Amino acid sequence: MKQAADPAKERYALMEKIQMVDFALVELTLYLDTHPQDTQAIQQFNQLAVESRDLKSAYEQRFGPLRQYGASFSGYPWNWGDSPWPWQL
Amino acid sequence: MWYYEKKLQYPVKVTECNPRLAKYLIEQYGGADGELSAALRYLNQRYSIPDKVIGLLTDIGTEEFAHLEMIATMIYKLTKDATPEQMKAAGLGAHYANHDNALFYHNAAGSPWTATYIQAKGDPIADLYEDIAAEEKARATYQWIINMSDDPCLNDSLKFLREREVVHSQRFREAVEILKFEKDRKQFF
Repeated sequence: MKQAADPAKERYALMEKIQMVDFALVELTLYLDTHPQDTQAIQQFNQLAVESRDLKSAYEQRFGPLRQYGASFSGYPWNWGDSPWPWQL
Repeated sequence: MWYYEKKLQYPVKVTECNPRLAKYLIEQYGGADGELSAALRYLNQRYSIPDKVIGLLTDIGTEEFAHLEMIATMIYKLTKDATPEQMKAAGLGAHYANHDNALFYHNAAGSPWTATYIQAKGDPIADLYEDIAAEEKARATYQWIINMSDDPCLNDSLKFLREREVVHSQRFREAVEILKFEKDRKQFF
């Protein structure tokens, strides 16, 4: 971690990485829905799923949970409701 | 069930408060070919569609809710600092009288969202053609809004959404081909 880093900037940068990887996953999901036999695409999907999981766990350690109902861990106190929400970022 | 994720599918930034653009964007929030209609249309049709395409309808329907959240974010950011005078000048006086700066599911002209915007015929080909048409109409609407918008940040997000409509349309076309192939294979005549 660089010193004097701006946490808002870091949040944006990490979020953007997640958005990129997750976008590829959405796109691959829809593609595989109509091309279920494409081995290469499935391989890419599974690789990106790991990458997405790792990025989210790094994000959540710094900025709080992304997902609810147990898909993310909570900090103490319960920090799901903390701002900013996506439309406030 | 569904899981909420605290992130937008694609970043939404706006250059400045601009309630006039928000007024146009409401078309994609609560309009006939908007994101709410899209999400509800696909997630409702999927119960009676052949198994081969249930996954696709579920996934596209779910993505539409992510688009609805992006549109809501655009409208929220474009209007949150608007004064009543600015709302009025932008043609949102009637909206302000009823809703203040709250969002509401109506179209750009103020007509509330109605279930008559969506169809479910039960015939898979009829339903999928309806879905293809809906995606193409949404793509055109995004183009018309981009043509009227001079906000480069907003246009970046709108272009993303326009491209998603193209991809969805293509996937639905593939779904039609999958069903035609299945029909021929099973010889249901």
